[in-house]
Amino acid sequence: MNLANRLVGLVVPLLLVLAVTGLGSLASSSNEIYFLTALVDVVIVVGLYVFVGNSGVLSFGQMSFVAVGAFAAGLLTIPPGVKRNILPDLFPFLERHSTGNLVSLLLAAALGAVFALLVGLPLMRLSGLAAGIATFAVLGITHNVLLYYEKIGPGPGTMTSIPETTGLVQAMWGALVAILVAWLYQLSRQGRLLRATREDAAVAQAVGVSVHRQRLWAFGLSGAICGFGGGLLVHQLGTITAEQLYLELTFLTLAMLVVGGTNSLLGAVVGALLVSGLDSFLVNAETGVHVLGLTVDVPTGASTVVLGALMALILVLRPSGITGGREARLPRWWPRRAEGAP
Amino acid sequence: MLQTALNALALGSVYALMAVGIGLVFGVLRLVNFAYGQLIMAGAFSLAVTSEQGWPDWASLLTCFAVVIALSLLMEVAVFRPLRNAPPATMLVATFAIAFLLQAVALMKFGSLGKVATIFPGLFDPVADSGRFATVRWVTIVAITCGVVAVVGLTVMLERTSVGLHMRAAAADFRTARLLGVNANRVITLAVVLSGVLAAAVSVILVIQTPLVVPSFALRDTIIVLVGVVVGGLDRLWTATLGGFSIGVATSIFTDKLPTDATVYVDSFVFLAVIAVLLLRPNGLFAPASARPVERA
Repeated sequence: MNLANRLVGLVVPLLLVLAVTGLGSLASSSNEIYFLTALVDVVIVVGLYVFVGNSGVLSFGQMSFVAVGAFAAGLLTIPPGVKRNILPDLFPFLERHSTGNLVSLLLAAALGAVFALLVGLPLMRLSGLAAGIATFAVLGITHNVLLYYEKIGPGPGTMTSIPETTGLVQAMWGALVAILVAWLYQLSRQGRLLRATREDAAVAQAVGVSVHRQRLWAFGLSGAICGFGGGLLVHQLGTITAEQLYLELTFLTLAMLVVGGTNSLLGAVVGALLVSGLDSFLVNAETGVHVLGLTVDVPTGASTVVLGALMALILVLRPSGITGGREARLPRWWPRRAEGAP
Repeated sequence: MLQTALNALALGSVYALMAVGIGLVFGVLRLVNFAYGQLIMAGAFSLAVTSEQGWPDWASLLTCFAVVIALSLLMEVAVFRPLRNAPPATMLVATFAIAFLLQAVALMKFGSLGKVATIFPGLFDPVADSGRFATVRWVTIVAITCGVVAVVGLTVMLERTSVGLHMRAAAADFRTARLLGVNANRVITLAVVLSGVLAAAVSVILVIQTPLVVPSFALRDTIIVLVGVVVGGLDRLWTATLGGFSIGVATSIFTDKLPTDATVYVDSFVFLAVIAVLLLRPNGLFAPASARPVERA
């Protein structure tokens, strides 16, 4: 496990992102959106991975940080004059203030982190099913409040007129930064301690690792990346509803992580790109798409059916995900120093 | 007051039925079946379609049970069986995938507006013409009866028959039970079929209460029950059932007693209560003090 191998673990996901960006810039402007979606998905899934992958604790709550980030970034970039008209019930200070694109993204990340730390402080004592259900309860509450509380958002309606500032380049930088942060974290002392608790919580505790504290750090960091991803998402779409940030996206992003391989950064990136691409292709196929000279025509609504079936199939064939939870490594034939050398 | 109590009892009974269905499968497979609500949805649509065709009520009822049981067996053979030794996250996401698949199929076939099922319309009538029981409907009594019958019947089966003994053994320690000669596939198939029967019963009760069947039918209820069974404690059937029952009671009381402008936040109150309970008793509200965590080593 030398440094070169570690670096390969960083470089391969980064190259994947660059390759997707490159393909996206070659694609026609109507197809560019699919590459954009894939890159934003990478950010959210990497955020999910930082907690779920490193701690081994399943969380359904991460979408609430995405939702908070998305709502914050959206609200803060609608021009005040427009905001007064489309969202008349807002708190006055939310109505009056607006910021630019970058500031809103940073605020989304900060808000995601703060929310995650607050929620995590009590919840990170739980593990296993109890943790999964408790984080799900957090998602339920967040969704319920965003859906009905009109002082902080559109309520059951749609938030519109959000500047669409997430282009291909911004999405690429977002994905690169998220991957770099996740890689640095899993290489750090904190990251290693958390992975030790994943392998055996009792032993880790016995040698003096605080399971609660390590999980809390990861939860906060994951909240920051997820909030950031929510900001990117809302600036990509231009409109948002509370419903868009609930069960379906939770399912889709979790599926991306599990299909790719829960225990590795590479798995998160590969899963996000693959499932996102598949999803876009199938949705597109509902209106008829040409592949290798053949017209693939799928009835409307069939994309979710096919996606669900394909994901179930992948999981049955490869229960640990496509990457098997391993990072990218140097090929076997690559010359390396003898193992165990000082 | 009496009305609130009866409403709570009725919703609690329906949720307890669902909790038994989810708990049975969890007991032998260690699998939280997120697609359970879609089984109920499928049963409800089969009721809607058959009643629309003018079938007699007993034929619709039989079809509903047949459809739901067949679907649960299909799920078991196609997905649960190959994933039997997979990590819990993988199994859960696989049931997620099936849930969304079934919902998408319903959306394609029946549209988002759904269908109306008219079955046993008489059961929706009030028990009495006027007076204290005017708002108590027959279906409430059916729901409570079903809940009691299911719980008593299953308790007898689990405690008094040899297949029940096998099932309890498999739930306690699956590998050791197999070593001691428990036929794994038989026990699992039985649990899956029983949980299908319960899902079909729930879909009949729910359809009588809300005849409009849409693709997201029973989705919210399933989520709440899934939360409830974990809160109650999933490693024993009776704690899971009590968990489902209590979350039904809690939801119903919150719905009846919150001020009108706060009723949209019922879910938030329920989930807050859930978080509080989980923090105080992470192994389950009703789990004995000696209970071990649910996961298998």
